[in-house]
Amino acid sequence: MAEYKLLTKDFGTERLQTLSVYESTGGYQGLREAFKKFTPESLVNEVKTSGIRGRGGAGFPTGTKWSFLPKDVFPRYLCCNADESEPGCFKDRYLIDESPHQLIEGVLIASYAIQCNTAFIYIRGEYHDQRLLLERAVEEARSAGYIGKNIAGSGFDCEIIVHGGAGAYICGEETALIDSLEGLRGQPRLKPPFPAIKGLYGQPTVVNNVETLCNLPHIVQRGGEWFKSLGTERSTGTRVFCCSGHINRPGNYEMQLGTQIRELLEEECGGMWRDRSLKAFQPGGGSMQVLLPEHLDLPLDMDAVAKAGSSLGAGAMVFMDETTCLVDVSMRLVDFYQHESCGKCVPCREGTYFESQLMHRLERGEASTSELATLAGICANMDGRCFCPLGDTATWFVMSAYKHFGEEFEAHCGAGECPVKARSVAMVA
Amino acid sequence: MSLSKATVATIEKQRDRYPQPRSAILPALWAVQHEVGHLSPEAMGEVASLLRVAPSEVEAVSTFYSMYFQKPHGRHEVLVCINVSCGLRGADDIVGHLERTLGCASGETSADGEFTWASTVECLGACGGAPAMQVDHHFHEDLTPERVDDVLARVRNAGT
Repeated sequence: MAEYKLLTKDFGTERLQTLSVYESTGGYQGLREAFKKFTPESLVNEVKTSGIRGRGGAGFPTGTKWSFLPKDVFPRYLCCNADESEPGCFKDRYLIDESPHQLIEGVLIASYAIQCNTAFIYIRGEYHDQRLLLERAVEEARSAGYIGKNIAGSGFDCEIIVHGGAGAYICGEETALIDSLEGLRGQPRLKPPFPAIKGLYGQPTVVNNVETLCNLPHIVQRGGEWFKSLGTERSTGTRVFCCSGHINRPGNYEMQLGTQIRELLEEECGGMWRDRSLKAFQPGGGSMQVLLPEHLDLPLDMDAVAKAGSSLGAGAMVFMDETTCLVDVSMRLVDFYQHESCGKCVPCREGTYFESQLMHRLERGEASTSELATLAGICANMDGRCFCPLGDTATWFVMSAYKHFGEEFEAHCGAGECPVKARSVAMVA
Repeated sequence: MSLSKATVATIEKQRDRYPQPRSAILPALWAVQHEVGHLSPEAMGEVASLLRVAPSEVEAVSTFYSMYFQKPHGRHEVLVCINVSCGLRGADDIVGHLERTLGCASGETSADGEFTWASTVECLGACGGAPAMQVDHHFHEDLTPERVDDVLARVRNAGT
């Protein structure tokens, strides 16, 4: 089983970014059919039937999320989360670059289902060109009558506002995203109340990932039952996997869920580069735990990967060859969380700082063996004690790497240099 | 110094798009930075009055987000990703090369005022083309020191 192209089927078609070409591939038929075939309620049920779970990381069933909105409370808002910043993830950028109208169509279908008349696409500041592309596509869709009043004669009104961030990973957390959209520092809010009850401007709000929304035109056109036939029982459909690291063909590959990870690596990614062997890989993105070569036989299935002690998260796959220093990789990730900690809660703000200091000393070979216990202590005091998942996940990779590669961590202690890099240099020479 | 009419018009247009005017702080700060090059206290004061919020609120927002500059930068902005995927494929060499060619450390501006460059731990979302950087918001991927030189030369020449 090779790539299965549902969302990415027409990618590469010349000028697919324009409305006319997108329409010529069947674009906006999903929206028209949604108006014709479904009431908002029956559309929510159809999406429930599809079994689709959110593609942003947490994997919550999308239809169920929508059904939490309280009846008769208006206005409601939809926020498309395009703040993709998880280390190793670059699928949302790809989905927008290749087909901005597919995302807009998905946003409109979701808006119709939840009866929202103003939807936002929150896109990270670094995706400047992608924001401009989306803004152009929104204008084009508006002049064709897909955005605004009485869309395609349906009686449904919807505006879409593309909102650019300015460099803050935390704004991918849904309540921080909402604060940022309100013109505040993007810090997470205490839950409950959940956004479905009290979100943007205090109103019922749904936050959905780019890839989740891009699935909707296909679910509408081919039906929830058909969608459910793809993938596994509890991980339905396809996912776009962002593959990077020491592989021959880095890139995005859309696969049916349930496909073996080995197949993704060997067939799509062309295997490990330079005839080297796989030492470890990280599924899900920077937040997730490290896995080992023996885990390549796992299916790309949210529950199976969770059972192995990690997560499919936001769909990243970072493969590392035998020359990789897991202490160095952990240090880079810890630095990232330290930089991106929003400062709201103490365990995260202080913990990531201590973690980072210690990891730098360890990578330079300056830490003592007893400091490894300190590292574990810092992490234990963060995981589960932070205000939002950022601080918790700042400990997951480093602690899983320590568990699986404890000897490598110990070899750094008092070595005066990074022993793995020293060995790799000797190997090349 | 006061903001140009065009920037003020952009900010007002942004303000009127949102259900609440303060939602336009981020786009307004982008408009200011694209005109002035950084966020001066005077410009933030103007944003505050256009959006009907206190100047301190605009300033608080501006310091939270890493892409806003509180002080003048070079004419071009170079951002090099050093997160895991780029690190695995040679980002440290790119960082070393920029230090040498631009003659300044990460976060600083080259002596000729052309480039402010920084290595960033915030993954740029270009892992499939690692190592990667952004110059003036545009992606450049699969970098080698030679390719970095080409990109910088092109940007420098285009700017004159």
